[in-house]
Amino acid sequence: MSGFAALLTRDLRLAFRQGGDVANVVAFFALAVILFPFGVGPDPDLLARIAAGVLWVTALLAALLSLERLFDADFQDGSLEALSLMPVPLEIQVLAKCAAHWLTTGLPLTIIAPLLALVLHFDAAGYPALIAALLLGTPVLSLIGAIGAALTLGARRAGVLLSLLVLPLYIPVLIFGVAASEAAALGLESRPHLLLLAALLAGSLALAPWATAAALRQALE
Amino acid sequence: MAGRELQKSLTGEGLACRRGERLVFQGVAFALAPGGALLLGGPNGSGKTSLLRLMAGLAPPEYGAIAWDGVAIAEDLAAHRARLHYIGHQEAVKLALTAEENLAFWTQMRGAADAIETALRRIRLDARATWPVRYLSAGERKRLGLARLLASPAALWLLDEPTTSLDAESTEILLAAIAEHRRAGGCVAVATHASLPLPGAQHLSLTGHTTWRQA
Repeated sequence: MSGFAALLTRDLRLAFRQGGDVANVVAFFALAVILFPFGVGPDPDLLARIAAGVLWVTALLAALLSLERLFDADFQDGSLEALSLMPVPLEIQVLAKCAAHWLTTGLPLTIIAPLLALVLHFDAAGYPALIAALLLGTPVLSLIGAIGAALTLGARRAGVLLSLLVLPLYIPVLIFGVAASEAAALGLESRPHLLLLAALLAGSLALAPWATAAALRQALE
Repeated sequence: MAGRELQKSLTGEGLACRRGERLVFQGVAFALAPGGALLLGGPNGSGKTSLLRLMAGLAPPEYGAIAWDGVAIAEDLAAHRARLHYIGHQEAVKLALTAEENLAFWTQMRGAADAIETALRRIRLDARATWPVRYLSAGERKRLGLARLLASPAALWLLDEPTTSLDAESTEILLAAIAEHRRAGGCVAVATHASLPLPGAQHLSLTGHTTWRQA
């Protein structure tokens, strides 16, 4: 447990010292969302109808943007090799790195999403469900993304490969995330969708660290 | 407990290592007793680093087995990791963190965190402990990597080119640390081109005769 805390603290400290990373993700998310009113026109009804989808797709891409460096910096400077030789199980270390990734991308995205929803005239009734869905869905993005980041470690043009690998796996999160947010905006029940998101989270919490650790060991051999 | 743990030995026999399609070495054997030292020599590409990585359990050997006190290390890799320090040719330090934070992190990962100040003083980095590593020289970064050896105990030290970019005084400090470690019953394997004066050390020369594996 102390190993988990040490790695989480180190990654958070690194993220805040090199502050640009967090700011980049949030700025990308905000800018990309704001592009939509320019692209589809300022019709409030149209924007309100696509708001949930736009927010989710953009959040997904913003999370993807930061995934490439999840393990890469540690791989390049020898830290990953040293980490794999620590007495802390690699699976726990992966969980710590995913937690740090979520705290520096998923959480800021969740915090800023309601503000951007305002720009898109998203229905006020949908806000609680939107936030709840993002809170449940964005950790899944970090966990599934970690598998892709570990598999593409050391590959040339890893970023493109990573997108091809990870984006299809994000589709379930996208479907239930948008469904939960939209259902609430339309006055329908959003609970089933949120429960499915929670199931996705539970499943990836249990499985993703194993897959990621296996891929990391492969990369280090 | 720690004292008993230090009285163990590392042995390897019939080791072969493959990198891709290339057989790096074969038929390598060694025995490292408590207090022993093993100097790995040989030209570039002869497999010194590969052998250290096998000893660390980072990769399984193609043939042969490595054992700690008679038990194959592959049987309990977690226990093997807990008793070794592996310092690769990369320092594994984060430039944005201070020297102290870097060292504290690695010792916390090993479940110890009390000897950091002492370790930094011994490698003469105490005056720069609060500097971001970005501002340290290559030699100072190397010393910071080696400080991990002093900050938490481990029975087996595996060092890959530890004297690269070290000045004479720092090399002396490293040699003194190795001597002290061996007196306590620990063992050390060093891959190096420099002629390190380690009294009573065995020399294992990897010849660099590599053969191509038949398809």
